[in-house]
Amino acid sequence: MNAGRAGALAWAPPLTVATFALPIAAGLAGTIAPAFGYLPAIGGGGFTLDAWRELAAWPGFATSLELTITTGFAATIVSALLAFGFCAWAAGRAWGPRAAAWLAPILATPHSAFAIGLAFVIAPSGWIARILSPWLTGFDVPPDVATVGHPSGAALVLGLVVKEVPYLVLMTTAALAQVRSREHLALARSLGYGSREAWVRAVLPQIWRQVRLPVLAVLAYSLSVVDVALILAPGNPPTLAVLVVRWLADADVRMWFPAAAAATLVLVVVAASIVAWLALERLVAAAGARIVARGRRRTALTPLIGGAAVTVAALGALACAATGGMALWSVATQWRFPDAFPAGIALDGWVRRAGDLAAPAWNTIVVGALATLVALALSLACLEAEQRRPRAGPPPALSLLYLPLLVPQVAFLFGAQVLLVRGNADGTLAAVAWAHLIYVLPYLFLSLADSWRALDPRYARTAASLGASPLRVFAAVKLPLLAKPLAIACAVAFSVSAGLYLPTLFAGNGLVPTLTTEAVTLAAGADRRVIGAWAFVQALVPLVVYALAVLLPGRWGAARAGGAT
Amino acid sequence: MGRGPGRGRDVSGGALSLVGVRIALAGRALVDGLDLVVGAGECVTLMGPSGCGKSTLLAYVAGSIGPPFAAAGRVLVGGDDVTAWPPERRRIGILFQDDLLFPHLSVGGNLAFALHERVRGRLERRARIDAALAEADLAGFADRDPATLSGGQRARVALMRTLLAEPRALLLDEPFNKLDAQLRDGVRRFVFDHALERAIPILLVTHDEADARAAGGRVLRFGDGGTLRDR
Amino acid sequence: MSGPSRFALASAVLAALLCTAAPAGAQDAAWSDVVAVARGQTVRWNAWAGDEKTNEFIAWVGDEVGRRYGVKVVHVKLRDTAEAVTRVVAEKAAGRDGGGSVDLVWINGANFLALREQKLLYGPYAERLPNWRYVDTAHKRSNLIDFTIPHEGYESPWRMAQVVFVYDGRRVGDPPSSVAALGAWAKAHPGRFTHPNVRNFLGSTFLKQALYELAPDPSVLQRPATDANFAAATAPMWAWYDALKPSLWRGGAQFPENGPAQRQLMNDGEIDVMVSFNPSEAAVSASAGLLPDSVRTFTFAKGTIGNTSFVAIPYNASAKEGAMVVANFLLEPATQARAQDVRQMGNFTVLDLAKLAPADRRRFDELPRHPALPTNAELGTTLLEPHPSWMTRIAAEWERRYTK
Repeated sequence: MNAGRAGALAWAPPLTVATFALPIAAGLAGTIAPAFGYLPAIGGGGFTLDAWRELAAWPGFATSLELTITTGFAATIVSALLAFGFCAWAAGRAWGPRAAAWLAPILATPHSAFAIGLAFVIAPSGWIARILSPWLTGFDVPPDVATVGHPSGAALVLGLVVKEVPYLVLMTTAALAQVRSREHLALARSLGYGSREAWVRAVLPQIWRQVRLPVLAVLAYSLSVVDVALILAPGNPPTLAVLVVRWLADADVRMWFPAAAAATLVLVVVAASIVAWLALERLVAAAGARIVARGRRRTALTPLIGGAAVTVAALGALACAATGGMALWSVATQWRFPDAFPAGIALDGWVRRAGDLAAPAWNTIVVGALATLVALALSLACLEAEQRRPRAGPPPALSLLYLPLLVPQVAFLFGAQVLLVRGNADGTLAAVAWAHLIYVLPYLFLSLADSWRALDPRYARTAASLGASPLRVFAAVKLPLLAKPLAIACAVAFSVSAGLYLPTLFAGNGLVPTLTTEAVTLAAGADRRVIGAWAFVQALVPLVVYALAVLLPGRWGAARAGGAT
Repeated sequence: MGRGPGRGRDVSGGALSLVGVRIALAGRALVDGLDLVVGAGECVTLMGPSGCGKSTLLAYVAGSIGPPFAAAGRVLVGGDDVTAWPPERRRIGILFQDDLLFPHLSVGGNLAFALHERVRGRLERRARIDAALAEADLAGFADRDPATLSGGQRARVALMRTLLAEPRALLLDEPFNKLDAQLRDGVRRFVFDHALERAIPILLVTHDEADARAAGGRVLRFGDGGTLRDR
Repeated sequence: MSGPSRFALASAVLAALLCTAAPAGAQDAAWSDVVAVARGQTVRWNAWAGDEKTNEFIAWVGDEVGRRYGVKVVHVKLRDTAEAVTRVVAEKAAGRDGGGSVDLVWINGANFLALREQKLLYGPYAERLPNWRYVDTAHKRSNLIDFTIPHEGYESPWRMAQVVFVYDGRRVGDPPSSVAALGAWAKAHPGRFTHPNVRNFLGSTFLKQALYELAPDPSVLQRPATDANFAAATAPMWAWYDALKPSLWRGGAQFPENGPAQRQLMNDGEIDVMVSFNPSEAAVSASAGLLPDSVRTFTFAKGTIGNTSFVAIPYNASAKEGAMVVANFLLEPATQARAQDVRQMGNFTVLDLAKLAPADRRRFDELPRHPALPTNAELGTTLLEPHPSWMTRIAAEWERRYTK
């Protein structure tokens, strides 16, 4: 019976929640306790507010806090406006959806590698300046002006925007499939609205519920990012999250107390920002409703969206330059200002490094596959449990899935590491896979849930009426029908795993090097030739998985569709 | 059956004209060499089975056709050749099988979305919307969520929404198809009464003979090879 | 401290004392025991991995030690040595007093002091290593005294570091030879000089170097910094820095995050002079294409700060014997000669060449020369590192003054 089957899967949601909620809770405790003076291992025994006083008294504190908040909000607002602007622009075009496929390379390139490439393009001694010098600019030596590391944090915002716009565009495209966007767009156009105006008024509000979470994830990420900020943000003072890492890396272990306080503050800032964002969202929605009611067919939106599309195209060019620049560096011998191109090309760097790649590449694949498979099993079990008891709906605790996307990594990883060491499980592939699972699970679940829930229930009912067991319905009807979203969700999950730095480092105790940990470690050495080679390989592995996800079920689906017509 | 204004053709004024329209899918013609003039205040019905291309023809007239269809021919509304115009400039209203009320807007919001921008001022607009709702027997529904409306009520809101944009022609794409049988007559009467009152050309596609009878105008049938013939 | 760890530490100390107290013959026997136990062990060497040349050298050490002693070396790559400190502290917090994940760590100065003060190091072991007899303890005092702290055998040296300045010979004609002259040069060439962030050891070392020359009485630096002596000792240095700061790269508002980032600026032509802690940096980096061939090295007439890089073994290491074998191998004359080769790592040796057999000494004489490599005479006097408290206070005071 159905009820009995649902019972068999009842364990799935609680187990799923426990998988990530426990380590996060333990990790947060392990971070918040030292913020209030408790860390016996280094002699912190009792409750004090000293760490907070020290943090507040630190000279750059106010600037650092301000920098964190302004860059976080600016990056999120600009990314969201550009992503939606681009989607609105593409809505009137037949090839719009296909453009999303071109975003995969940018998504697959790790943040840190990308930031290094971008820094190289926009620095005063960077590629743009090199191409224009000295014939146009007259510069024999680079000008002493700040672009990268500008005190305003503009370079950090740019770096985040270039990386987050594709992510939001992809999420928006996925959400569009959940509503009747094409029909509503056609209807709005028949009422006299151009496609851009129509998209913003008629489509965006409908998908807002689905894209809100990715936007909030971008906000949380932008407020707490470390690796990109290290490369692009000003350092004196740096953002709060960088301050945490810098103090944690201080030789004086007593600095951990203010570091823990700063990490806790990052958490508070993220939480407060999310609340503020939701409030802002209401204001915008109310204002938007008033504007929509006026019925103006053509507003400033039309040119603004055109501007957004041009900007996105420019960012795309920037992304290509950043990636291409690093690719060129990976085979360069010498490349000095103001040469537009390297003095020489050599492959020996690649040859020399080939041997070093094997172990990290293997770890990346094993950990990614392991985390993805477990996450897939848990997600499918949860979704099935939900569908077999349709009236109950998703258990409220599952909304905790969003937690890993919103809780800053710096706020709980030290605590989580202590937990792993206590369980004697640190430094193993399994521990790293588990740490990755915390992040892989929400991305996989969220990528999959909408398509799964949107599947026409009549397929399953028809199959059931033909006598198929729920298991058979699941295996023979739902899985094949949802092959494509399943593959994409797995690819997204894998690429998330492949890009994780801090969790790998903390859970692996440095004993499980992946392509990303190796690349970030080498980034500290600042040899662009090495970084370029690693970044390339680091991006390549998730890219191959993306390509497989897009091609394999696509062929299968095409064959099926071909047979059906 | 002759119902009032349907018979008089007004070719010079607000007519909707299709000239030499051909629509093909993968080389196969769905519509071929169609010439049709629908006069202002006239309703022409195109009849045909599912999948014969009648909805595609409406999409062509509305301007929203795209790949994989290939289309040729001309569309004129009120003397303007709108063939190259984007849908939003054509001012051709369309009513689909589904009411497609925007779920994120209230009933009043849906109507305000459509109400022509010439109507300025919050109070004036509100008054026009209330009047439209009263016309649809839905007075006081402005702040309701469309999801709380019955199928018949939603269909009436959808029509009022289309008409508030002051279209120069109206396309009806099997608009009564999804309604319950007992509602269908009432909604049908409501639609034709209010649409014909605007004295604009109306093009209806359906596979339901009852729709064609209610429309009361000429009926063309889709035949093999994309030809249309008069009944 | 928890019960078991105190016990482990006590027994470790006891064992070490027994060994050092034993006569020479017994020591050799004890060492052969160490080598025997080490066979088959895996040593996880936690070492900063931001320099590819050093990584290659560590990989070579792993190959050699594996071949000769059956000890497997895994290079655990760190962005910062403090990561290893964090790990050991986290393990202690979790009560893991044996079977730890760090067997050997490249360390010195404040990181060493932090682990030593928390009693998280195994030892003393350095004097037990057979090759300790070659170590230069007479002229290179930093081999015994790590940032004024006698290491008492809790770490073993493996390479030398000394402050030098690297400059682009095409753009800088006559390099400055004192702190004051460097200030004057910077003023004459605004925006062409910088130093790493003071939270980075190289950044704070630059300030300590300035302090050495400008402090009214530099001997105070060998004692801990206090509220009483800090202000007076540093006042002239801050005055000098106030004058220098506007002439720094980016007007002194931003600084490269670390040494390699600073080197990147130099390679990009954004600066003409940079500070380094490796006398062969110019030669090694130029050979590796990381700096232009026109770079050269200069130091100050009154000498520059030098220190020693060590390897230490955490108290809970899993492979203490294997770690000692690695530490001993690092002190082999042939290993040290390879380390000093500018085609390899280019780090000056910690050994006393006079103590070596002639054949071993020849290895050093035959090393290739490079125009950017300073001679021992050019390197000049090595000044001892100030007490670690000076670094902490200087960094804090710098932030108080200049971080807004």
